[in-house]
Amino acid sequence: MPITRDEVAHLARLSRLALSDEELDHLAPQLGQIIEAVAQVQEVAADGIPPTSHATGLTNVFREDEPAPCLTPEEALSGAPAVEMQRFKVPRILVEE
Amino acid sequence: MDELITMTAADLSAAMAAGEVSAAEVTTAHLDRIAAVDDRVKAFLHVAGDDALAQAREVDARRKAGEPLGPLAGVPVAVKDLFTTVGMPTTCGSKILQGWRPPYESTITRRLRDAGAVLIGKTNMDEFAMGSSTENSGFGPSHNPWDLDKVPGGSSGGSSAAVAAYEAPLALGTDTGGSIRQPAAVCGVVGTKPTYGGSSRYGVVAFASSLDTPGPLGRTVLDAALLHEVMSGHDPMDSTSINAPVPPVVEAARHADVAGLRIGVVSEFSGDGYQPGVMTRFTEAVDLLEALGAKVTEISCPHFKYALPAYYLIAPSEASSNLARFDGMRYGLRTGTGSAEEVMALTRAAGFGAEVKRRIILGTYALSSGYYDAYYGKAQQVRTLIIRDFDAAFSQVDVLISPVTPTTAFPLGERVDDPMAMYLADLCTIPTDLAGNAAISVPCGLADEDGLPAGLQVMAPPLADDRLYRVAAAVEAALEQRWGHPLLAEAKGLAR
Repeated sequence: MPITRDEVAHLARLSRLALSDEELDHLAPQLGQIIEAVAQVQEVAADGIPPTSHATGLTNVFREDEPAPCLTPEEALSGAPAVEMQRFKVPRILVEE
Repeated sequence: MDELITMTAADLSAAMAAGEVSAAEVTTAHLDRIAAVDDRVKAFLHVAGDDALAQAREVDARRKAGEPLGPLAGVPVAVKDLFTTVGMPTTCGSKILQGWRPPYESTITRRLRDAGAVLIGKTNMDEFAMGSSTENSGFGPSHNPWDLDKVPGGSSGGSSAAVAAYEAPLALGTDTGGSIRQPAAVCGVVGTKPTYGGSSRYGVVAFASSLDTPGPLGRTVLDAALLHEVMSGHDPMDSTSINAPVPPVVEAARHADVAGLRIGVVSEFSGDGYQPGVMTRFTEAVDLLEALGAKVTEISCPHFKYALPAYYLIAPSEASSNLARFDGMRYGLRTGTGSAEEVMALTRAAGFGAEVKRRIILGTYALSSGYYDAYYGKAQQVRTLIIRDFDAAFSQVDVLISPVTPTTAFPLGERVDDPMAMYLADLCTIPTDLAGNAAISVPCGLADEDGLPAGLQVMAPPLADDRLYRVAAAVEAALEQRWGHPLLAEAKGLAR
């Protein structure tokens, strides 16, 4: 098994996914199977082959920095779960010691 | 069945231009069709209803005022639910975006609105475009109009089902690993993955940004070309958009001629796992192209067999990063109490489905320090080798062909908890996504075993999208002459 349940739990924490015990039981063997399959890429002789991150070959596309219409605050906040004083209202980020 | 719903977009357009029928009548006929069959097909997550009718009436008014109108004016188009649309919800098939109304419009739907197309509704999809069956939708699967117990393919399965069920003549999809071509193939319609960068991603909710390519679905090759042309072209809002003229796809669709064309059959795409009936129809299509004057050879692309594993490293890696934005802070679902981090983790656990969670974790794994070089880095090198395979092939032939997907539509439920089996549906389509070139799926008949559609895939070099339409139109014309009717006339799933 290339990946353990504990490793999956760690990755879930890194990914901000609060998975249940049942989900972890189910996911760990499935991910093991997938990782075994994708590991086939390691068979390929690729020494000296440059990586491709995208296929267009475009790099650093610039435009003039000109003012243009954009979303109003009301539009930008229109989907927010909570709003206060024209801002996104979020749960506390810092925890008191 | 109302005649208006079985007409092609091209014919509807001509009839409206001639004043034989109004855009409002065309839209009404399609809304009636949706009302009559969509409780069984479940292609739509949102039907625009009165808003679609208002769009159609505006087209009628513009026409009456003598405005010059393009070929899609008054033609209903179904939109995959990951294009942001003002005035319609956009969910990406995910509970995490249930009820979200985007504050901005995608470039492609903006272009369609400007062209007078009627956006008739938003179609179902696998959540965030991850899947090959629509079963990963947070709102239940769509059903294949050929057989309602079968999947319509995915992820653009709502779009392929809507077109095959005559709920709309045209639909928008997106293709990241085959998500336009595979659903088109198993629903017996036409679907194109344009050259990457040929169609704008602005307002297309990101799954894997280096692969995501919006494209058209239609019942005929010409219809797909008409939509392809209107939706395409450079967009300053998408920095990966290619600043080049749109390939002459409509002209190509009207010149169905393959005489002298060099066609390569990809030798890697056959053998174990390929349904015999799919291969029989494919082999017949090869013979047909030869009979029509094409020069057919076999071409080996030795790295294509590594495309699937490379894809399942690259796409989840990009997804794990892209989907970090769904954190319950600025839009979409928010659930749970506690600190911001706790709320994020609870929101994402409640809002995402199983496949999205699998891929986020897989991507996070592939990008982890210690594993990066062995997985993500290696997959990026394989991507280069696949591009080189294509380059070598296209130095010898004008287009490559293969089956679209190894099997016909599979039963709902069969692969839903077997991710590797589901992933195999995209075996033949993934190389094109990794290389960023163009490919089309065109129906080539019904498999003998189950009477379900099989698709022929044609692949062309980047920005040679017109070649796809030339070949597909030739195949379509010859096969319809042989059958005496369009393939879809044999779909009986809704007749029961």
